[in-house]
Amino acid sequence: MAKSPHLSRKDFVTATVGVLGIFMGAIIGIPAIGYLISPATKSQEGEAWIPAGPLENYEIGKPTLFSFTRTKINGWEKTVNSYGVYILRSSESETDVLALSNICTHLSCRVTWEDNLKAYPCPCHDAQFDIMGNVLSGPPPRPLDQYETKVEEGILYVHFMEA
Amino acid sequence: MAQKVLTWLDERLGIQGVYDIVFDRNIPKVNWWFTLGSASLFLFVIQGVTGVFLSVYYVPSPDAAYNSIQYIMNGVAFGWLIRGIHHWGATLMVIVVFAHMLRTFYYAAYKYPRELTWLTGVVLLLATLGMGFTGYLLPWNQRAYWATTVGTEIAGTVPFIGEFILRVLRGGTDLSAVTLARFFAVHIWFLPAIIALTIGIHMYLVIRLGISYIPKKDD
Repeated sequence: MAKSPHLSRKDFVTATVGVLGIFMGAIIGIPAIGYLISPATKSQEGEAWIPAGPLENYEIGKPTLFSFTRTKINGWEKTVNSYGVYILRSSESETDVLALSNICTHLSCRVTWEDNLKAYPCPCHDAQFDIMGNVLSGPPPRPLDQYETKVEEGILYVHFMEA
Repeated sequence: MAQKVLTWLDERLGIQGVYDIVFDRNIPKVNWWFTLGSASLFLFVIQGVTGVFLSVYYVPSPDAAYNSIQYIMNGVAFGWLIRGIHHWGATLMVIVVFAHMLRTFYYAAYKYPRELTWLTGVVLLLATLGMGFTGYLLPWNQRAYWATTVGTEIAGTVPFIGEFILRVLRGGTDLSAVTLARFFAVHIWFLPAIIALTIGIHMYLVIRLGISYIPKKDD
């Protein structure tokens, strides 16, 4: 059969079915993907000044753990997360306060101050941070995170921010 | 190119033969009532797919069931759509399966050699109703709770073994977390497995025996 310059009936039907198929696939596929990834697209900002008690309670020169919890709504339930901050006062000054997160910067295990080691060892992959939070050894890519602090009427506040 | 790929695949899989037997089979001149079987199958697939999606967020426990559905409806993108399709599809499936049974009955299509197709169809109809009954409890709202209270109580009126059936259905004497968990298991595992298997047999028989023609006046 000679090739007709016009679109044949069969080609027209094939093309129409193809276009409609893509259209219907999108109508079904987009809601399906949106439904599955939905919780990942919502982020909750966590930011607050957390009171950590009177400044004078913290011994000078020794990192002291301050723990607190934060509550978030995830799906249909309240999630309570615990956080730990090591407070280190280097002098009597109100501005001389270092607040270090106890979350290892490698893979988020929790570090603990060991006075005899003079370091924060991480139990998971044998990392160590010094008293200022700098990496002494092991795989962490950066020093321990620091929180902003302030003192009002003798009470120490830690500026908590969700990483 | 596409033709070459298809040929390559067909030499190994023999899909052309399957296609010819399943889709290119001869059928007598019939009417739109004969589409109800395909419609039932389609609805089963829709219910299966939306059900799998719902199970991503739904939690079958008295503490979380209601709230997890609230979350699906209000918190998850397109959650209302997925649940809506599952909810209305369920009602539609019962109607369509029942109409499919009526068509088979009124056209006398259950006669020799199609008795087994009819019998597997009976299993499918009952299993579909079972899906409706077990699925109704899962939202764990007032309507669900009391509907299941009444439904299991009706099962309890069976002479002699009624009390036992009621306790098996509820997983104890009370409607409880145990009831919710077993209704969920039956809804997503037991009945779908039975339905899928029985659909396989049902369709094998339809393809093997062909469909019946519409009876004439003097048949």
